[in-house]
Amino acid sequence: MKKKLLSMLLCIVMLASLFAACGKKDDADNKEPGTQQGNDEGTDEGNDDAGDEEGEATAITTVGPDSGTKMEMWTFVELHSQFYAEMLNLWNEQNPDKQIQITFTTYPYGDMHNKLLMSNQAGTGAPDLCDIEISQFPNFMQGEVQFRELNEFVDKYRDDIVPARLEIYSKDGKEYGAPTHVGATVMFYNTEILEKYGVDYTTIKTWDDYTEAAKKVAEGSNGEVYMTSVDTGGTDWLWVAMAEYGEDYTTDEGAPNIELQSIKNMLNMQKGWLDEGLAIVSPGGHVDLEEGFANLGDGKIASFPKAMWFMSRFLNYLPEMAGKWAIAPCPVFEEGQPRSVGIGGTGTVVSLQSKNADLAAEFITFAKLSYEGNVKIWEVLGFDTCNTEIWSDPEITSDTSNQYIAYFVNNPFDALNEIKDEIGVIKVGKINPAISEQFNLTILNNVFENGADIDEELKMAQEQLELEDY
Amino acid sequence: MKSLKKVLYSQKAAPYVFVLPFLLSFMFFWIYPLFSTVKMSFQSILPGQVEWIGLENYQKLLKDRVFHLAIKNSFTYMFWTLVLLIPFPMIYACIMDGKLVKAKGLFKALLYLPALTSVVVAGTMFRLMFAEMETSQMNQIVQWLGFGPIKWLKGKYTGMFALLLVACWRWTGVNMLYYLSGLKNIDNSLYESAEIDGASGFKKFLYIQLPLLKPTTIYVLTISIYAGLAMFLESFMLWNGNASPNNIGLTIVGYLYRRGIEKNQLGYASAVGLVLLAIALFINIIQLIWNGTFKKEER
Repeated sequence: MKKKLLSMLLCIVMLASLFAACGKKDDADNKEPGTQQGNDEGTDEGNDDAGDEEGEATAITTVGPDSGTKMEMWTFVELHSQFYAEMLNLWNEQNPDKQIQITFTTYPYGDMHNKLLMSNQAGTGAPDLCDIEISQFPNFMQGEVQFRELNEFVDKYRDDIVPARLEIYSKDGKEYGAPTHVGATVMFYNTEILEKYGVDYTTIKTWDDYTEAAKKVAEGSNGEVYMTSVDTGGTDWLWVAMAEYGEDYTTDEGAPNIELQSIKNMLNMQKGWLDEGLAIVSPGGHVDLEEGFANLGDGKIASFPKAMWFMSRFLNYLPEMAGKWAIAPCPVFEEGQPRSVGIGGTGTVVSLQSKNADLAAEFITFAKLSYEGNVKIWEVLGFDTCNTEIWSDPEITSDTSNQYIAYFVNNPFDALNEIKDEIGVIKVGKINPAISEQFNLTILNNVFENGADIDEELKMAQEQLELEDY
Repeated sequence: MKSLKKVLYSQKAAPYVFVLPFLLSFMFFWIYPLFSTVKMSFQSILPGQVEWIGLENYQKLLKDRVFHLAIKNSFTYMFWTLVLLIPFPMIYACIMDGKLVKAKGLFKALLYLPALTSVVVAGTMFRLMFAEMETSQMNQIVQWLGFGPIKWLKGKYTGMFALLLVACWRWTGVNMLYYLSGLKNIDNSLYESAEIDGASGFKKFLYIQLPLLKPTTIYVLTISIYAGLAMFLESFMLWNGNASPNNIGLTIVGYLYRRGIEKNQLGYASAVGLVLLAIALFINIIQLIWNGTFKKEER
């Protein structure tokens, strides 16, 4: 009997050590020469060296004098660090007594956010400054926030900045993230296609007009060209609908509430388009992907709604289409509804682990909130800046040598100024990552790909969401 | 000094001294984390705010449909890997061990090669092969066979097929090697006496190789059950992240990663991990009792 017990115990030990064996094996595999592409995000969190050794970080640059205060900064878009580098040079010129040297590291989106979460949890390994994408931001607001409060540094620029953009990166009145842009959603129209099939995009005011135009395109092209592509992996269309009806899929208390009329209307309309052959499902799930860019480049679809920051994608991925695309306000369900919504965003935070948190905060608010900074944000990144004075500064808006203004058929600022007071805000709280997950992984796929019932899907997802903490 | 010498030279103490390094690392790296995980599964863990919440995490697990789906996926995957990765490698090994096969070393090396490839690289290659475009390799093949292009990684069954193909490609050679080494242990005189009695090749397989390979089979079965349940990386690479449409590629460990790393709910993730441990232990202990591993050696 004793022996039996002992052998049982040994078996448990053996199994437990299997955990070890398997874990180690994977590591060993990945360190094979020539295959150093890291993968174990689960194991190397917060390990600063991981990036270098695994070739994960796509770019590491150091900017600023050696004598300056040394800082680390993580971003998930390389272009962002270029912008910060330019602002850093300007800062060092203007502040000879407060020189800074920053090492910028660009990680893939998921890796960077996971690394920062783990560093916060562990209390060590976080960079001084870090970009956080808005949909990930709520994850960092749980528990005791590990970032420096920025209010006193923001005060200097507060009057010029759209208040809603500061609010989305705050908790209990304390602001933790410096915003980059408004992210006003607009409709991008391929004028070449539309003209070919006799559609004037400026006359499209409502979704009914839009559907009529879609029919013209489908008929004229014998179903070869579609008016748009609907997303199975993104919620932009739903945000537009919610903003138009003034609804929000989280309540004021932060509870999920996704069975909304606006969402149902949008999904029903989109499903109708699919059934009638007026639209396709976005290859890969949404437009902001290699497959999506290829779809646009092939002239498969004539329009799609996206936030203003998508302009830079046109320049990077579709330079040959210059002079074909126009920007206009989104259609609405009923005339008089607001025609835009702010989507996306990046809040830059200062870690409490930083030895020079105050200096870092002073620099980052200068870089992202000052007038010079906002001009640079427009010039380098092509974003609709949080300082709306830029939108009506003729020196900037009529500068035709600017690459973004030169690319589009009409002036992006005309569209922006038209919707300036109609840009809706959808709250982003703790439950939002879970809501996006429900839509992007389950609901939209089932509705558009598998023909599931819309009301039924929303109801089931709502039940699942109510199990989450919020 | 003398007493120390006495301890070191003592026949009773020496074995413990020798296993001490293992025991220490085992305690430090495995026993401690195990208990710490148990503790964390009863807590809500956030930076600067660790609270005891009793059984709340487990109660949530009971109602969490996505978790149930993850368990189902892991089980389906495990089941099919057992079906595909035990009999076939065994047969291949027996064929390879026979006299008919030439250039054995070459075949062994070739079949083992996939196991040396990083899953990351392999997963990326398979993802491209299974892409939904008409031009992807798998769609070219099915079109050549007269079927339409398939959205491989969007469907439940095709997605599982892709996962299993990666598993077979990767592990067949490894399991075959286990069986080959098992076959090496079989005494040649058994074959000789069987031949004298006029046994055919199939009879030899059935009455000599199959029973004598039982210890190897039990070992392969035990690790395959665990490996099947703990699969994560293949799915992660095939869907380029932890998010597959309708969660068709979500495994238990994938869910643990999503909760613990991506959503910063380490307490909840610990509970997920413990459920995985419990399931793996349960199945394997049943399996081992059933196979008679715990019975007294009969000699």
